[in-house]
Amino acid sequence: MIKNDIIFALSVRSVRLHFLRSVLAALGIVIGVVAIASIGMMGANMTLSVTEQLSDMANKLTVTPYTGGGGGMMMGGGGGGRVVIGSGSSSDDDDVITEKQFKTIQRIVAKYGTAYTVRSESDRIEVGSDTGRATIYGLDPDIMREILTVEEGEYPKSTTSVAVGPTLAERLNLKIGSKLKIGDPDEGSTTTVRVVGILEERGMSMDLSTDMAIVGSDKLFVGIYGGEGEYDQVNVVVNDINNADVVKTAIEDELNRKEDTVTVQDSSRMMESITSSLSTMTTFVMAIAAISLLVAAVSIFNVMMMSVNERVREIGILRSIGTQRTEILRMFIYEAGILGLVGAIIGAVMSIIIGYIVVVGMVGTAEYFFAAGSISYVPMAMAVGAAICIVTGVYPAWRASNLDPIEALRAE
Amino acid sequence: MSIPVIELDDVTKVYPLPAGDVTALSGISIRIDEGEFVAIMGPSGSGKSTLLNQIGCLDRPTSGDLSLAGKNTREMGDRELTNLRLSSIGYIFQKFNLIPLLSAYENVEYPYIMKHRKNDDTGRVRNLLARVGIDESLSAHKPPELSGGQQQRVAIARALVNDPAILLCDEPTGNLDSQTSLQIMEILADLHRRGRTLVMVTHNPETAAYADRTITIRDGRIA
Repeated sequence: MIKNDIIFALSVRSVRLHFLRSVLAALGIVIGVVAIASIGMMGANMTLSVTEQLSDMANKLTVTPYTGGGGGMMMGGGGGGRVVIGSGSSSDDDDVITEKQFKTIQRIVAKYGTAYTVRSESDRIEVGSDTGRATIYGLDPDIMREILTVEEGEYPKSTTSVAVGPTLAERLNLKIGSKLKIGDPDEGSTTTVRVVGILEERGMSMDLSTDMAIVGSDKLFVGIYGGEGEYDQVNVVVNDINNADVVKTAIEDELNRKEDTVTVQDSSRMMESITSSLSTMTTFVMAIAAISLLVAAVSIFNVMMMSVNERVREIGILRSIGTQRTEILRMFIYEAGILGLVGAIIGAVMSIIIGYIVVVGMVGTAEYFFAAGSISYVPMAMAVGAAICIVTGVYPAWRASNLDPIEALRAE
Repeated sequence: MSIPVIELDDVTKVYPLPAGDVTALSGISIRIDEGEFVAIMGPSGSGKSTLLNQIGCLDRPTSGDLSLAGKNTREMGDRELTNLRLSSIGYIFQKFNLIPLLSAYENVEYPYIMKHRKNDDTGRVRNLLARVGIDESLSAHKPPELSGGQQQRVAIARALVNDPAILLCDEPTGNLDSQTSLQIMEILADLHRRGRTLVMVTHNPETAAYADRTITIRDGRIA
């Protein structure tokens, strides 16, 4: 049909006759399609990669003291578990998990996995002349070996050695053998410890955030802050991911029977909240990108109106020798469609290239680039771009088809 | 008595303008039989082009009836009138009015495709072009690459491609030199000899002399 369609041939020739103008109009669509597709893909890739990271730890539960606030998201992994005023070691008794509670948790978890305690405190630290604040974790040395990986050096064993997170090490220029002081000299004694290990990067996590922290043995921690038999957090690792809910409910039933004493969190809430804020952000940025398509639509509209105005006489001739209105309409819709389709196809190819660069640059991995949720933004943006072109072409085409043949023939 | 090819009965055309209605045609009644060659003459602004536009179904009379081959056009919609222009009327204009995007050959083929929904595979387009003196190499050219006379030859071929009952010519030699005008008129006269019905608007008495009959219009009326 199209092969013998002289109306279509006329549209193609009109586009080719005004090649530069057509290219510029199509370029608008290209930019719009690329903007929408690559931003959409970036959002999708971020969401996919965060989801993957988070589901890696879906088998982890954290038990923190109930703070009355409903236990909102604590990405800090309990770093602020205690209400710390100054650097004092005294803490509110309600804000800790007692040895007894830990034993109860251990008993419940025994069947499904393991539980371990975490002590943490935020304190002032001093390295040479640099000072700053960091979270100090106190962990059982055996547990430490199980859950953390040392990239350089070894695990801290004595009460004077610590391992530090990679971000902190880089920021304070800490190396194996560096000395650092924990505690504020104005408010009491400081403790000097030696760095024996630098931890592997662990990224965002809800059980422990060690990248910016100092990790020492529980003995070291108690030595500085006291609190024997009191913990800031209990982490539970469930062997079978499907039991996470059972364990969570069991702990809550047991410890919160009379009143709320602990908050049990799994990663699902965090995941939901992160993916929902990512998708809000992506939608917002995509809406901005859509403005570029709107601009493209205006330029297509302009080109189509110019094309109609330039060809008034031609339209008059075509009508006078027996071309139907609908065929004139079709001719101009085709013209807009060609611009839209060419723009959309070039835009699709370019958005795969540019999208790939953006995704690798912003997300850091192209692992999910060709996943359905990501790559589907390309045909979607293409469809939107081409559709916008055709819709914009409707009015000029309608105007062309409704020209009075005699008036049109008179035009110069 | 046979049915006339064209019959106008008390046709009036009024253009409503803010400054008052302008009557372009008033009470025109004409009957043209098959095979006739009629020239419509008159000074500029007399309404002769308006009259041709009524016959060519490019416009509708304000009142009165126009019948083509026995069919009254009063009740016809735009679609039917367009079909009439496509199949029953061949139009030849003063300014040739070829489509600049199409080659000479395609210009002639265009109405054929519009009517038959397929390319010409009968050789009709080629034959018509040959008959008006456009050879194959010329027919590949776009209109702006052709001389005025050549363009008008192509326009005549285009007007004939769907074998219309009526050939309407609006000052067909108005934009041509006298030598070329003569050649074009010879082609039209030849078509008339072969039985084609022609209606031609002109203000040139020499051109009008080719016709069997001349109708003179003055101030929208038959003089």
